[in-house]
Amino acid sequence: MTEIFDRFGKPLGGIFLGLALLWLAGMVLVPGVFMINASLRPHLPPPLRGGELDVYVLDNFAYLINHVNHGRIFFKTVWSSALVTLVTLLLCYPIAFWLAKVARRWQVAVMLVLLLIPYLMNEVLRGLAWYIILAFSGPLNAILIGLGLMDEPVRWYGDGGVVAGMAYAYLLFMLFPIYNAISTLDRAQIDAARDLGASAWRIHRRVVLPHAKVGIATGCVFVFMMAAGSYVAPALLGAPGSRWFTQIVYEWFFEIGNWNRGAAYGVALMAMCLAVVLGLLALFRVNLASAVK
Amino acid sequence: MRFGATQAVKSLSLDVRQGEFFSILGPSGCGKTTLLRLISGFLQPTAGQVLINGKDMVGVPSNMRATAMIFQSLALFPFMRVWENIAFGLEARGVGTAERRREAERLLELIALPGYGNRMPGELSGGQRQRVAIARALAIQPQVLLLDEPLSALDLKLRQHMRAELRDLQKRTGVTFIYITHDQSEALAMSDQVAVMNGGELQQIGTPQELYSHPKTAFVAEFVGENNALTGTVTEVSGGTAVLEGPQGRFSGRAGAGLNPGAKARLYVRPEALSPSSETGENRLKLAIERFDFEGAFATAYALLQGTGSPQRMFMTISQQGLSDAPAIGAPFTAGFSAEDAIVLSDD
Ligand SMILES: Nc1ncnc2c1ncn2[C@@H]1O[C@H](COP(=O)(O)OP(=O)(O)O)[C@@H](O)[C@H]1O
Ligand SMILES: [Mg+2]
Repeated sequence: MTEIFDRFGKPLGGIFLGLALLWLAGMVLVPGVFMINASLRPHLPPPLRGGELDVYVLDNFAYLINHVNHGRIFFKTVWSSALVTLVTLLLCYPIAFWLAKVARRWQVAVMLVLLLIPYLMNEVLRGLAWYIILAFSGPLNAILIGLGLMDEPVRWYGDGGVVAGMAYAYLLFMLFPIYNAISTLDRAQIDAARDLGASAWRIHRRVVLPHAKVGIATGCVFVFMMAAGSYVAPALLGAPGSRWFTQIVYEWFFEIGNWNRGAAYGVALMAMCLAVVLGLLALFRVNLASAVK
Repeated sequence: MRFGATQAVKSLSLDVRQGEFFSILGPSGCGKTTLLRLISGFLQPTAGQVLINGKDMVGVPSNMRATAMIFQSLALFPFMRVWENIAFGLEARGVGTAERRREAERLLELIALPGYGNRMPGELSGGQRQRVAIARALAIQPQVLLLDEPLSALDLKLRQHMRAELRDLQKRTGVTFIYITHDQSEALAMSDQVAVMNGGELQQIGTPQELYSHPKTAFVAEFVGENNALTGTVTEVSGGTAVLEGPQGRFSGRAGAGLNPGAKARLYVRPEALSPSSETGENRLKLAIERFDFEGAFATAYALLQGTGSPQRMFMTISQQGLSDAPAIGAPFTAGFSAEDAIVLSDD
């Protein structure tokens, strides 16, 4: 904080600080307070709002907990998002390591272009690509049957399709933080570990992973948050039995029109995500500031 | 050794005896690191052999060689405690925790850092980190320790202190050290043998004294220690003595290898071999002193060569006692040297 004042002087520093606070207030605080406020009030027809029935209650949250399906979907969403995070991590770590420490310059360039081109399309189109690939009479089934690996086409839409589509959609958000982190690792550290007789596994566990930890934590936070809040991929690639919690929130808001309950569902998801992220950071022993950096 | 079009280390052959402090000295970019990486096994030569204990090591990876490398950046593992760093090689060999701790403690004693085991590398000073890197390499009991300019990151005082310490450590452990440096005073101060390299080629191998008093090439004469050079053409070579004639006069000195009359050559004379002289005769120079640099026990006099077209600066060492008789600044005087103290080397 004092750094800002030292750097820009009192008046200009004050303006910057004010703008930052305004930004926080406008984008986070006000909508947040509005949501929490709405989530704690009962859903009433307009004439009764502000009346004696309009008091703070936990009914909306109780509804979520007591609902036969919604609680299950809630946890499934969190769990599946964790799975998406894990899948992207397992995919990205080797790629990131290869890009940062093994590949030649031209190989890095080719790989980055290949990875980036799909991201020139928006998330809907990327989801749609998987929608086409995974279709019942689509290319994936055709290839697998053509190779003789399967006898009959498989219905990919559903939980598997959603996880695959999301892992693909958020790949770069995992890749880049890890790639950045590993790039800064001194080559000599890897050489030294190898010279001392360490196996590839030990080199990664003891030297590369600890160094890449902050990047990994950052990537995990990004991907988990985006997966849990994703709407497009589950809508496109899901099956009726694999609804995502965001779809239910959407229904409460815009199909059923019960904003209070929708707000409660949204707040519950947000609270859960925050808890998971903080848990994750504690697990990695990384603080929020250095993870977001 | 080639990297694409660049030949980083050209054809060379050198022998390092067991238990020796062997330095490889050369300017930056001359292929020292490449040579060391060939010895350690991080690089495989495009042609040639590396023998350790008489066994051919080509194709053997670095971790299977009896060598351990100290990197220019030290490459300590920043997320491990000092003792874990030191014991990392043992950890990789599956040695148990208690045993590893004991060995790390023993090595910490050796490098005079007992009780530092639980610190993180970031909490150590430059010199301490240096010593930890050496302990980490010694832990795997290598026969040869390869050191790539390990002192280059330290400040001058510490560097001089660490020289003595490295030298001492080498003698105590009896491990062969192959030590790379671009600092000639470092190589001279520490080594049993020094190999001087330039442009990927080996110039000369010898003890520090040999390199200093019997350089074989002009490069060695100029790179190792301070030297005065006089250029000219060889007019006579006989009985190990060569005569050189140039714009500064006629001089004679010991003849280097491969000198023929008519060849362009340089005569080198050390600053301490040059002294004011009243006699006339051979090997005389007319000088005028520009300034003195006092360095305690002696002073270096910077003098301009008189009576030649292009001004050339020479320097001579004057002892503390000689200083009172030294010529005044700006006054012309005659300096001389004996032919045995000078050497004529072909100009390449
Ligand atoms: N991996 C490499 N690829 C291409 N050129 C290299 C590589 N390593 C070293 N070189 C070149 O080889 C020469 C010698 O380098 P190096 O052995 O590092 O010199 P030194 O350690 O003596 O400063 C330099 O010209 C350098 O640019
Ligand atoms: Mg080098």
